[in-house]
Amino acid sequence: MDFEENAAKCLLEKWGIAVPGGRLVESPAEAEQAAREIGPCVVKAQVPAGGRGKAGGILPAATPTEARDAAERILGIEIGGHPVRRLRVETRVHAVRELYAAVMSDPESRCPVLLFSPLGGVDVEQAAMRDPSAMRRLHVDIRSGTVPGEVSGMIAGARFGSAAGAVAATLERMYQIYRATDAALLEINPLAITPEGQVIAVDGKFTLDDGAASRQPELAALAADPRRTRLEAAAAAEGLQMVELDGDIGVLANGAGLTMATMDAISHFGGQPANFLEVGGDAYTKGRTALRILLRKPGLRSVVVNFCGAFARTDILVEGVISVLKELEPEIPVYFSVHGTGEERAVELLRRELGAEPCFWMDDAVRAAVAAARGETS
Amino acid sequence: MILRREHRILVQGMTGRQGTFWTERMVEYGANVVGGVSPRKAGTVHLGLPVFASARDAGQAAPFDVALMFVPPGRSRGAARDACEAGARLVVCLAEHIPGQDVLEIHAAARANGTRIVGPNTAGLVTPGETFAGIMPASNRRVFSPGKVGVISRSGSLGTLVSFCLTQNGLGQSAVYGIGGDPIPGTTMRDVLEMMEADPGTDAVALCGEIGGSLEEDAAEFAADMAKPVAAFVAGRASPVGRRMGHAGAIAAGGPGGYHSKRAALEHAGVPVANVPGQLAELLGARLSGG
Repeated sequence: MDFEENAAKCLLEKWGIAVPGGRLVESPAEAEQAAREIGPCVVKAQVPAGGRGKAGGILPAATPTEARDAAERILGIEIGGHPVRRLRVETRVHAVRELYAAVMSDPESRCPVLLFSPLGGVDVEQAAMRDPSAMRRLHVDIRSGTVPGEVSGMIAGARFGSAAGAVAATLERMYQIYRATDAALLEINPLAITPEGQVIAVDGKFTLDDGAASRQPELAALAADPRRTRLEAAAAAEGLQMVELDGDIGVLANGAGLTMATMDAISHFGGQPANFLEVGGDAYTKGRTALRILLRKPGLRSVVVNFCGAFARTDILVEGVISVLKELEPEIPVYFSVHGTGEERAVELLRRELGAEPCFWMDDAVRAAVAAARGETS
Repeated sequence: MILRREHRILVQGMTGRQGTFWTERMVEYGANVVGGVSPRKAGTVHLGLPVFASARDAGQAAPFDVALMFVPPGRSRGAARDACEAGARLVVCLAEHIPGQDVLEIHAAARANGTRIVGPNTAGLVTPGETFAGIMPASNRRVFSPGKVGVISRSGSLGTLVSFCLTQNGLGQSAVYGIGGDPIPGTTMRDVLEMMEADPGTDAVALCGEIGGSLEEDAAEFAADMAKPVAAFVAGRASPVGRRMGHAGAIAAGGPGGYHSKRAALEHAGVPVANVPGQLAELLGARLSGG
């Protein structure tokens, strides 16, 4: 669950990391008013996406009028698929140094890792690629936490002068925040050193671990709204993950892997999948709800139901599917392939209740659905 | 390690609904289940098996090699630590949605005790004709059959489908290894490739990957030097870039971690990549008969 910059900065501030003074605004008039109080400022689009600067979503403003103009230009543009509805207007910071600092869960070492680079700024990734030694890593033992000497060692040689202590303290504090908030990622880029030697987070990125949302309800409530279509939102409200696509062949399968594989097969045989919609894991009892949502998608020409039960009981899934098909009697054809846990009963139910014969091979169900979508009779 | 019939299995959460259902299936199949853990039912007998308060208690009375966790995500950290500290060689962690930092703590406990974690979010392990530990239809003979092909899969349903396709094409399986859909799995594809390369019962390997992360790229590096043939399928070619597909680990990326990066890495390592899961049998059959 990603946070917008403003929410991330409020979190940092609460934990004692300095951020430029600023305000959240929603209109050019509010931006002008904020700039009048703040002085020379930066107007920043609030969307949970990277590349805001390059997309024209971050503009400097020397005067309130300029802030108003900047807000007019930024509000309403789309960045990474997110329309900009809010802006953060904040004090412009003079930096003598720009650094990069992050803490995240690292799949490779299976440890939390602190990342630090003396070369911060927008192109830190490219800088790290040119010079891998520029990105320093510290793997932390999650049972004991950070060891003070280690963090100072990490920044050694970067010549921060009197600010070195504050930089090290910021890194240690970032680790504390990561642990206390169940972050998947906390990133400050750039972390600026001002002429006065103050260390300040000019930008901030915070991602709450999805699995921890239930034990961090207050933080979860602050996360940015994910961009979702109406149907995707309806699915999410039922605890189902759906992604709408441009195609015309509906997909209902259990498990993310099998669902993606079914989409791949549709595309391989010349069709276009209409969606990702997974009823795996504990969601296998939701076959009814899932198909009901899927059938609301306009422009569907056929549907593939592909179940291969491991944990998921295919007979329970099929019961749900049958009840929806009997109730709604869709005009589009539905092709089945069903194997694995509960298979015998599932196949028997399909034959008895729908007079449908599931395809032995998944590819045959997919080919039939592709042919039907093209208007060919198979 | 590849799961063998002699491996003694302890089922944590055995007395729950799913724990009961799958333990019965495992015992029927011949798995060597030695007991279960359920703090509130300690001292009782369930399915003819002793129930303990903790893995540590079980370790004294009913020594075990493998702990299989039917434990909800919020309690997985404690249960896994208990199993590791009780001396489990292998812990199969089924739960999905375990908080990420709890997963890191599970891995830390495993490192400290020399335990291997499989998962989280795995459907478990099947060694057809011998034993199984997890939530897989092991006894369905149309799906799983004893043989010489090792199967590695991030997704339980896809691993099951690929096993079905292999069986229907006359290719039985030496071991089916679900590594799970968690972004930080305890056992990687590369780890399992190493086991299967060393396993005298395995002649070839079917690798079922997905978009997201770098497991397939790492596995490709090892596969390049393997003596045994490997073929792969990578799910997610038709998935839109930047959207999460179910598993927290499965996000289509444009660059590294994306479909084309994985396919290129595998093909560069001499691993043919199937366009649909069913093609895996064909690709492996050709590699096996061709020597």
